[in-house]
Amino acid sequence: METPVLIEIKNLKTHFFLDEGTVQAVNGVDFTIHQHKTLCVVGESGCGKSVTARSILQIVDQPGRIVEGEILYHRPDRLTGIGSSGTTPNGNGADGSSTTEIIDLAALNPRGRQIREIRGQDISMIFQEPMTSLSPIHTVGNQITEAIKLHTDMLDEEADEHAIELLRRVGIPRPEERLGTYPFELSGGMRQRVMIAMALSCNPALLIADEPTTAVDVTTQAQILELLEELQDEFGMAIMLITHDLGVVAEMADDVVVMYLGQVAERGDVDSIFHDPKHPYTQSLLKSIPRLGISRTLQRLDSIRGMVPDPYNRPTGCMFGPRCDHFMPGRCDAINPPAIQLGDGREVHCLLYEEE
Amino acid sequence: MSAQQTNGSQQSTSANGSAAADNVLLDVKNLQKWFPITAGFFRRTVGHVKAVDDISFHVLQGETVGLVGESGCGKTTAGRCILRAYDLTGGQVLFQDHDGKMVDLGPLTNNEMKPYRQQVRMIFQDPFNSLNPRMPVIDIVGDPLRINSVASGQELEDRVASLLARVGLRPEYMRRYPHAFSGGERQRIGIARALSLDPRLVVADEAVSALDVSVRAQILNLIKDLQEEFNLTYLFVSHDLSVIEYICDRVVVMYVGKIVEVAETEELFEQPFHPYTEALLSAVPNPDPRMRQQKARIVLEGDVADPANPPSGCYFHPRCRYVQDQCSHETPELREVAPGHFAACHFAEELTLTGVTASGELG
Repeated sequence: METPVLIEIKNLKTHFFLDEGTVQAVNGVDFTIHQHKTLCVVGESGCGKSVTARSILQIVDQPGRIVEGEILYHRPDRLTGIGSSGTTPNGNGADGSSTTEIIDLAALNPRGRQIREIRGQDISMIFQEPMTSLSPIHTVGNQITEAIKLHTDMLDEEADEHAIELLRRVGIPRPEERLGTYPFELSGGMRQRVMIAMALSCNPALLIADEPTTAVDVTTQAQILELLEELQDEFGMAIMLITHDLGVVAEMADDVVVMYLGQVAERGDVDSIFHDPKHPYTQSLLKSIPRLGISRTLQRLDSIRGMVPDPYNRPTGCMFGPRCDHFMPGRCDAINPPAIQLGDGREVHCLLYEEE
Repeated sequence: MSAQQTNGSQQSTSANGSAAADNVLLDVKNLQKWFPITAGFFRRTVGHVKAVDDISFHVLQGETVGLVGESGCGKTTAGRCILRAYDLTGGQVLFQDHDGKMVDLGPLTNNEMKPYRQQVRMIFQDPFNSLNPRMPVIDIVGDPLRINSVASGQELEDRVASLLARVGLRPEYMRRYPHAFSGGERQRIGIARALSLDPRLVVADEAVSALDVSVRAQILNLIKDLQEEFNLTYLFVSHDLSVIEYICDRVVVMYVGKIVEVAETEELFEQPFHPYTEALLSAVPNPDPRMRQQKARIVLEGDVADPANPPSGCYFHPRCRYVQDQCSHETPELREVAPGHFAACHFAEELTLTGVTASGELG
């Protein structure tokens, strides 16, 4: 049941040093990603979910940087000693279960050689807006083969063939012709498929998907989610899916991390998060979404009062305190709730669950 | 088309149900909006994007009608045609004047439109781009009042203050600029601006799509409350079916510029008659992980058809699961398949399509 750990994030803090002050975008986040599993990170805008993902790859934009914490990457066997010998790119994900090498990604130099080897090879990422994350002046083929040539010892023709194979795999019709097209000639769904093909070109151990379906329509979203599930079965990579859509979480996740204002509110397996949420934020978030089939019978939606606080003006104590219905004066505004273990891998950051 | 225009009123009366009732506020008949495609040095017109192609529907007084579809289906264009932000290519937009007469907004000049622009207002999608960053809130909300000489001076200030209070903003903030507000607050400013002239019809174009989950619920509740308070009628344009279900009384589903289905919300969600509606409903992710196994999600093949070069026959046929020979060469008419329920599908009665039952399960 439990697969080996792939990424372990410990007390990660990524801050942005701006003229107006320091934005603590990620402020003490812990969670783990297991091999072959899907972890969903969910939260509203500004909760630090994207910055967490970018921290893993060390691609946080200036003036942000990781100030504290560890990101331990347990590198699967099949990927150790890369750079020298090429990895076989097709469908051998299942054998990489034992780990030997542990790398602290947070300690690597963001411009160094080691992290550049990991990006695209061990860990790859797909972004929200496929139009702005693909190069408009390079052909689709060029962009996919670049990663293949960089990380494997395949040469031009072989790389092209591999790219065609990948494009076919992600469901692009007539992939031979598509190699020569530019991103603007493709529809939004097709572009996102090209992004996925590119991300999977070196058979990564972890695929980070940052809101991959936010910019596309529901029917395209269903296609992309289905594709990601299929590819996970086939390639065996772990997926870290970042989204604000609880529906997507329910469809895709094995484990869920709920974030609020740079901190983890709660984490656990998907069933208990949806059916037995512990943190008041998760509880009210679940109540505030319109549900198909149920909402037409409702007179009103429950909403969370107030709004996400300004990042320069964070509340003291619990971040959710000012909007919480269970606010305990004198405690919630004084103590930043520590992680409280509830068993079965569940963890909640809320003083309500503190043992006396 | 010409046949329909000759007996236009008869046709669309029967084509969308109860247009004969006196409380019809807006009656859209055979609305068309084509955008020209130009090419070459002389910008010759080489074709048209049929963004909205011959749609008819009506909105009753006090009702919320949802216009739903994927991007490129023409829902926004339809909304803008009703506001006359675009000139129509064809068809009529009949709006009920204060004295109960139906006025066609289509051929009116800008000057003649002026009184109706007070009555039909719009809430925009993007709360960041739809507010002028150089104007304080009092001007943003108050300008419609000033321009239409409804109020000025102290009275204007009082009206703005009460509007702001009504949408849940503090009136003391009226001298601030939009940058000082969060997304949800800006959307409230946009709503206050739309309501400043006591409109009768509000076109809300994706009004909550850009907002976060927790704020979205607040704004949806506000939109509902304001409807009761001011007796508003909404045309709610959205791609989000769960939002549509929550807020709308009746739903119009569009696909590539045409209406494919019209029905009461409950009817449409429980028993869709068009395969596109079925696929759309099934594509919405269900926020319950226990439903994952039970759900046979229908994944549509391919992309939305190109409105400049739509397929023959039924526009949906290349993606339809139930496609038959007839579909590729005969265009289905929108027809009544059950009382008050219209669908444009040759086989609407024969197909048994899956909707969403009240318990949230797919039945």
